[in-house]
Amino acid sequence: MTSTILRTATRYMFPPLLVFSVYVLFRGHHYPGGGFVGGLFAGSAFSLFALSNNVARARALLRADPRDVTAAGLATALFSGLPALFAGHPFMTGMWWDLHLFGTEVHVGTPTIFDIGVYLVVLGVLLTLVFGLGEEE
Amino acid sequence: MLPLITICLLAALAAPWVYRLAPKYTGILLMPAPVAMFAWLALQVPAVVHGHPVDQSVPWVEGLGLEAAFRLDGLSMLFALLISGIGTLIVVYSQGYFNGHLQQGRFMMYILAFMASMLGVVLADHLLILFIFWELTSFTSYLLIGFNHGNEEARTAALQSMMVTVLGGLFLLAGVVLVAEVTGTWRISELVAHSEQLREHPYYLPIIILVCIGAFTKSAQFPFHFWLPNAMQAPTPASAYLHSSTMVKAGVYLLARLHPALGGTQEWSMILTTVGAVTFLLGAIMALGQHVMKRLLAYTTVSALGAMVMLLGIGTEETIKAMSAFVLAHAFYKAALFLVAGGITHETGGETSVDRLGGLRKAMPFTFVCALLAGLSMGGFPPFFGFVAKENWLHALGDHPLLIAATVIGGAAYVLVGLSVSWKPFNGNPPEGLHAHEMPWSMRIGPLVLGAGSLLLAVFCGTVGHLLVEPAASGITAEAVHVHLHLWAGFNPFLMISLATLVLGAVCYRGRGVFLKAGRSLSGLVRFGPDAGYRQLLDAVLGFAAWQTRLIQSGILRHYIRLAVATATALVAAAFIRGGGLKGLEDLSPLSITSVLVGLLMIAAAVATVHSRSRLRSILCMGTVGFGMALLFTFYGAPDLAMTQLVIETLTVILLALAFYHLPPFSNSSAKRTRSIDLVVSIAAGAIISLLVLAALDVQNPTPISDYYLENSYDEAHGRNIVNVILVDFRGFDTLGEITVMTIAALGAYALLKLRPGKEDPS
Repeated sequence: MTSTILRTATRYMFPPLLVFSVYVLFRGHHYPGGGFVGGLFAGSAFSLFALSNNVARARALLRADPRDVTAAGLATALFSGLPALFAGHPFMTGMWWDLHLFGTEVHVGTPTIFDIGVYLVVLGVLLTLVFGLGEEE
Repeated sequence: MLPLITICLLAALAAPWVYRLAPKYTGILLMPAPVAMFAWLALQVPAVVHGHPVDQSVPWVEGLGLEAAFRLDGLSMLFALLISGIGTLIVVYSQGYFNGHLQQGRFMMYILAFMASMLGVVLADHLLILFIFWELTSFTSYLLIGFNHGNEEARTAALQSMMVTVLGGLFLLAGVVLVAEVTGTWRISELVAHSEQLREHPYYLPIIILVCIGAFTKSAQFPFHFWLPNAMQAPTPASAYLHSSTMVKAGVYLLARLHPALGGTQEWSMILTTVGAVTFLLGAIMALGQHVMKRLLAYTTVSALGAMVMLLGIGTEETIKAMSAFVLAHAFYKAALFLVAGGITHETGGETSVDRLGGLRKAMPFTFVCALLAGLSMGGFPPFFGFVAKENWLHALGDHPLLIAATVIGGAAYVLVGLSVSWKPFNGNPPEGLHAHEMPWSMRIGPLVLGAGSLLLAVFCGTVGHLLVEPAASGITAEAVHVHLHLWAGFNPFLMISLATLVLGAVCYRGRGVFLKAGRSLSGLVRFGPDAGYRQLLDAVLGFAAWQTRLIQSGILRHYIRLAVATATALVAAAFIRGGGLKGLEDLSPLSITSVLVGLLMIAAAVATVHSRSRLRSILCMGTVGFGMALLFTFYGAPDLAMTQLVIETLTVILLALAFYHLPPFSNSSAKRTRSIDLVVSIAAGAIISLLVLAALDVQNPTPISDYYLENSYDEAHGRNIVNVILVDFRGFDTLGEITVMTIAALGAYALLKLRPGKEDPS
């Protein structure tokens, strides 16, 4: 599928979509959003790119194999549950810390890490399917 | 005890590496594991003899009352000593037997894993722990029988033994669950106190039937005996270990273990004595017609197991003592004879039939001596331990003339088999072309220790009786008994019976030809035996599976979807109607104009989707339905859902567009009838879901769980977006499961797309 309009539009939409997907991921804890939707946004960005250019270029852009992204996401989600074990709580109990970074106070917790894992899994799963289908000749 | 079992398991895991590093010394390097167990057990003997069992337990899942509880009493001690002691000898023997065999490491791994499981069975004091180890012995036995997996017969035999023993295991599981249900305890040692309660409970008969099926399948009792002779496909060291001295005795052990709790009733005695006696005679008679060494030994093993069950079933103090002594005698001579048989086959280049062997005495003098020691003990010749055990057995049967007659017949068969394996191959004229040499040293130790042991046990039978047989018998009866074994009990009628058995056996041995001929002419009867029944049952199950697969699995996606949706709808509708259907519909909020308009738009889009003659138009219409849904979500305050729905709709269009490349041109190929069925199914599915949603409004929980989330979302989970907090925190475990499922689904789709034959993996 080669359409100059789509390709040009994608070129301009791709970076904001990715940035937006990360924004959605992190705002999710307080406002609508989260890892699942964020991952879907990122996945659509890459899917649009694959559709308007080709799958090989989309793969090159992602650098990692989508299956590895999935695995990394699953591992991240799993490991986010471990700190609680070391603190003597049941697996996956949410733990929160206040960090002082660059002069501002940042509130981080294991659920955020878990959500990042979800984001990566959704992205990886989606692209495994999209790239796989797109490469079917 | 748990650490020692763990050591055996670790040794099993390490075996392949040990073999790779030091192929010549694998046996020696792995030997410390069973030796450690044996040494520890030997150190416990004095305490156990004085009636102080060793208890150890580690909590496992406390909420379920599950603990890794182990207990060493007299009965466990006898079995555990045999398992670890003979196990040590087998490990050494295997070194020589598999010398130069590439898979020696794998064999050692299986045999050590089996040893650990078997020790677990006899040491466990928790019914479920016992069951777990019980199943592990079935599994490791499967691996050992199928060791030569290139051979189809070995694979079939392995599968058969596993099917039979694991099926029995399930019966056993049901039995022990009932036992725990009735008594309220899982501890085997506490069951004795509940024996009265068990015997009077209405579940008593089901319990003993279930437990007996479990034990009978494992210990190859009639009619489940057929797997054991077939299991002779296993390498000989495994046969010597599993199918003579240890695993098959697990069933006998279990019955003995539960005897104080379940035994002592007429039903128990009836079942055990009948099945045991039938198995004893059947095994002995079937052994007569065999000429392959391992099969001769296998059928007598079946027979010996039957004898043990029979003696236990009679259940007097005397028969229980006789059984304990016989367990010991049998383990020694049978393991020794198996090792000798394996040695002969190994050193003559694969000869297995006694009729094609002879005159090996010159080439294998050492083996001959060991064989003779064990063979005479098997026949019950004085002054061997087999004789001592047989004497006790006859004494104990005292007033059962029928059983004594059976013992004489069986005993004669044992003499015949003992002589066939230990005398026939070594004497007479060697057949032409038979070349043999003596076994290597590593293979001599086992037969020597066990063969000489059969003699030494008899010489020191007073001490042996006190240290091993007495605690075991006390363990079975659950009260202190005294055992006095004598090599020479004076002239009495039983000695005469014993001598008559020997003479009869010797006569039978001279006339072996008759039995061989009879065996050949009767071999057609196998068609009606339980082995054939097993095969027919297996074929029937596989046939049924194939039939229902053909029926349901058409391979056409449309059919799957229709079937799945129709089934789900029917089941939900049934539950819905049973639940009372739709109740009042009060308190519905009024419809707004906008939502009505969106709803109408969605309906129109859905109709258009079905009627469109272009794929692209269908997809766009379906997208309209989805976007309408997203709009409704925003109207009713669910921005998270709306956002997800929007992205999903977009992605669906992209995915479908990608898939379009590969579809043939659109054509409306469905018949009118199919389309009407589809229409009915989809309308029914839609209707039932709508009704369900309406009915859900009516469900009144006293305190909805959403209140909890609302209250605690910010305080406990530091998040204001409840939907997200539920997903990543409150119900995070669910989400973890869901993303795992997603990953598996993606990998499955990837495999379907990429890993077809003739395609290369692009990455």
